[in-house]
Amino acid sequence: MLTGATIVLASFAYVGLLFAIAYYGDKRADAGRSIIANPYIYALSLAVYCTSWTFYGSVGRAATSGIGFLPIYLGPTLMAALWWYVMLKIIRISKANRITSIADFIASRYGKSQILGGLVTIILVIGIVPYIALQLKAISTSFSIILKYPEVVMPDKAGAPLFLGDNTFYIAMLLAAFTILFGTRHLDATERHEGLVAAVAFESLVKLLAFIAVGLFVTFVMYNGFGDIFNRAAEVPQLNALLMLGGASGSYTTWASLTFLSMLAIMFLPRQFQVAVVENVDERHLNKAIWLFPLYLFAINIFVLPIALGGLMHFQGGGVDADTFVLTLPMAQQQPMLALFVFIGGLSAATGMVIVETIALSTMVCNDLVMPVLLRMKWLRLTERPDLSGLLLGIRRGAIVVILVLGYLYFYLAGEAYALVSIGLISFSAVAQFAPAIIGGIFWKGGTRTGAIWGLAAGFLVWLYTLLLPSFAKSGWLPITFLSQGIFGIDLLKPQQLFGLYGLDDTTHCLFWSMLANIGCYIGISLLQRPNAAEHSQATLFVDVLKQSSATAGSRFWRGSASIDDLLALLGRFLGPERARDAFAVYARSRGEKPNQAPAADADLVHYAESLLAGTIGSASARAMIASVVDEEPLGIDEVMNIIDEASQALAYSRQLEQKSRELEAATNELRGANQRLQELDRLKDDFISTVTHELRTPLTSIRAFSEILNDNPQLDTGQRAKFLGIIIKESERLTRLINQVLDLAKIESGNAEWHSSEIDMREVLEDSVTAVSQLFKDRNITLEIKAPPELPLIVADRDRLMQVMLNLLSNAAKFCERPDGRVNITLMRQDDTLRVDVTDNGIGISPSDQKIIFDKFRQVGDTLTQKPRGSGLGLAISREIISHFGGRLWVTSTLGEGSTFSFTLPIKASSKFEVSGLKLDQKFGT
Amino acid sequence: MKPKKILIAEDEPSIVLSLEFLLQNAGYEVTVTRDGNEALRMSEREKPDLIVLDIMLPLLDGFEVCRRIRENETLGHTKILMLTARGHESAIEKSLALGANAYMTKPFSTRELVKKINELLTTAAA
Amino acid sequence: MALFLLGCLLFNYPLLSLFAGQGEIFGVPLLYAYVFTVWALLIGLMALVVERRSD
Repeated sequence: MLTGATIVLASFAYVGLLFAIAYYGDKRADAGRSIIANPYIYALSLAVYCTSWTFYGSVGRAATSGIGFLPIYLGPTLMAALWWYVMLKIIRISKANRITSIADFIASRYGKSQILGGLVTIILVIGIVPYIALQLKAISTSFSIILKYPEVVMPDKAGAPLFLGDNTFYIAMLLAAFTILFGTRHLDATERHEGLVAAVAFESLVKLLAFIAVGLFVTFVMYNGFGDIFNRAAEVPQLNALLMLGGASGSYTTWASLTFLSMLAIMFLPRQFQVAVVENVDERHLNKAIWLFPLYLFAINIFVLPIALGGLMHFQGGGVDADTFVLTLPMAQQQPMLALFVFIGGLSAATGMVIVETIALSTMVCNDLVMPVLLRMKWLRLTERPDLSGLLLGIRRGAIVVILVLGYLYFYLAGEAYALVSIGLISFSAVAQFAPAIIGGIFWKGGTRTGAIWGLAAGFLVWLYTLLLPSFAKSGWLPITFLSQGIFGIDLLKPQQLFGLYGLDDTTHCLFWSMLANIGCYIGISLLQRPNAAEHSQATLFVDVLKQSSATAGSRFWRGSASIDDLLALLGRFLGPERARDAFAVYARSRGEKPNQAPAADADLVHYAESLLAGTIGSASARAMIASVVDEEPLGIDEVMNIIDEASQALAYSRQLEQKSRELEAATNELRGANQRLQELDRLKDDFISTVTHELRTPLTSIRAFSEILNDNPQLDTGQRAKFLGIIIKESERLTRLINQVLDLAKIESGNAEWHSSEIDMREVLEDSVTAVSQLFKDRNITLEIKAPPELPLIVADRDRLMQVMLNLLSNAAKFCERPDGRVNITLMRQDDTLRVDVTDNGIGISPSDQKIIFDKFRQVGDTLTQKPRGSGLGLAISREIISHFGGRLWVTSTLGEGSTFSFTLPIKASSKFEVSGLKLDQKFGT
Repeated sequence: MKPKKILIAEDEPSIVLSLEFLLQNAGYEVTVTRDGNEALRMSEREKPDLIVLDIMLPLLDGFEVCRRIRENETLGHTKILMLTARGHESAIEKSLALGANAYMTKPFSTRELVKKINELLTTAAA
Repeated sequence: MALFLLGCLLFNYPLLSLFAGQGEIFGVPLLYAYVFTVWALLIGLMALVVERRSD
């Protein structure tokens, strides 16, 4: 017989078995031979999605709304089709950043924001509490029912005293104890619990088998197969309606919104994130899970409707809650072993959920809520404690108890007013609020922290107002007028018909308004601002995760150095000294270094330490802690506590600093280069002055010498006197010319030269220049010819300056062309948008090395064996300045011994440079 | 007494002309060269008593000519007067270090030049 | 991705409404049969795609 003792014993035996599995799983994991490292276990662990909601609640839902229970499972099926893309991305990101919870994920994405992490945690705790209450309700109800075996009696709802007098409270506390034992036996940097996953997978198997067992029993033992049940049900009018959509089974809108809701829930429920992302051993397991997990859902749902119909027909006239059919049908058929199996299955469904969910929540509460606050309280002097791992575990255990007590309180206060599924939907809607921040966060780089905070807050408040508070109102804990008349009696603010929107069910209504507020704030505010450096780098890290190699992902954005001892000490505080040392040894080994021979604390090691720490205290806090030891400045950890809530800003600062120092380095290099150029210029200037001096002294020497000679030798004959005076005059002219040219060049170079531009015919300029030098050429017997096409466009330039250039080129040509058959040709032609002038001689030519320097100031090249060419050495330098002033180019081609060609081009269209000087000119002459 | 021989190594024609006039006027036998290489050759051949040596000479500059002459023992008696158009101390120091006996900066005083040459050649004779 | 869209289409109005009425196949109500058949089909297709891709 089924006595209370048997049931309790069986329950404990079952839990003991779970422990054994968990223990074995952990042992194998420690030995490096993971039992969960296969896709089947992974898919089964995902089935932690199916809680007592599924196990008991689906039948209840089916009994009132037909196939209306199905969207909750169709949504995840559809989502699984997208996992390949979305889930893979989330897993990659989480692994690369050692993200251990959904709060951590969101906080990390938006610049490692502690505020965001805290906000997500608060939303989750409040949002998930009803869900945990649901499990408590299921266990408690099923326990009371099976206790009455063989009678089928619904448990007495009223009158149970709070806490100590209530079975449910003990159940909650037992669950807390299980969870603490399962999940917080030790700290792990990755927050992975292999044993737990193994146990959860086992539970998934048990609940599936139990449910299918009942299904088979109802369908094939109580009735003759599917057809029989449906045929009989069709004969009952109320039941017939359940087989169709639209009427009793709910509208299409509800159907669609539930599908959507469950799509989000399968991704973002803390326990789903825990098993799918955090506990994922190998991302390839996702492949199989993509179809295995939907298959599991399919299997556990196929008998829901038959059981519901069977229950409704069997317990006609009511009195038995449809949520309990799974258990009560076997009981009514006198099947104690099956009933016990079902009870165990239900227990599996509930405990699996509670354990994983509370572990995930407690990690978040600890890392994202409590620790940041505690670390900030200076008087606690936490940072000086050598080992904080005990404290961390304590906080988590405390959080587990608190969460379960909250769940119990919700159950006690509001649990009776709702069916299992409705309670669950409240939680689903809360979790859905994370969708914009997460989905947006991994696909859109523009999402900002402020946008995410406001989006979440807005969505959460709407959820609170339209779904959670009404649940309290319906249970009588808030005045019911809150529902019927709205807050302060304002009709438009009726929580379930917000702004007059009605016709939707509660969940859809809440989903619509909360998503509108959430997405609106998230996108709107994000668009209004630019992400700061920390947000931007995290955004890139997240959005582009599939493009990065996972090894380098985090450290790319971080450069720093720290002493290994500091890092080790810091890690030791949170992980415990031994684990910290082990972790460093593992790191050293992975890098092929000896464990004791400490590797240099390079960026990779710092990043490694940070990610280890992130696993334990959350990424935002970890960043702040690491920054305190990595920073070179004498910044104590105490000071870091002050800015811990601005951890992301600290990060931004350090990046900005880094950026600044890079800029500084670049500027320094530029300065150094500029200095070198200045020195070079200075040297050139010295050379120039020295050369000018030399060039000035030479004619001056002659002038002075001959003047003195004439002065001291009055007896000289007239012929000599005339000769000496001629030299004086010639050298004076040379001096004058030189001084003029130096001034000219200085003016051109400094931009102070006057340009008198007009439209000119280049051919005329050439002809005039030829006329000017014709005597010189005639004297030296050099032929001079112009070749030019008849029609050429005019150009705009300074005529006198061009003459200066031509005379310079022609006199140079004449100088180097002193030979019997010397000839110089001037060629004018059009080349693209320019006019080109070539002055070609058949003189001695210029060597390639000299070609480079002849345009420099005072560089004279000549046949040094005979005589230096006469000239200042400035002519070509000035000519080049003139030509380039008009946007042209002057260059030389030459072969030694065969002659040289000096060429220049001038643009046909007026250059902008000219227009500017032309303007200056107008102003000058206009006034 | 045989007139003393002076070699002028200078590439500016008008300066050469003035030096030629001045030194002939002072009673010296003057030879002229316009580049460094020729200056060396002429020195070896003519064994002048003094060389008026411009620093900025084509092909081989005055410093180099000075150094090589000082290396040549057969020219031990030859005095060297450097002419420089650059008033740099360094040029002067360098000239003296290389073994020049005196220097003059362009533009020079013709009287001083002749005086200095006279002095140099008188000391040599004594 | 295509499967996701296909699923969304098949599991929603208006296609769903075609099967929401009376009628049965092999004694099973039409709607029930439709949803579960499509579901099974979808899982099968997903398995096919995924397994083929991972080869």
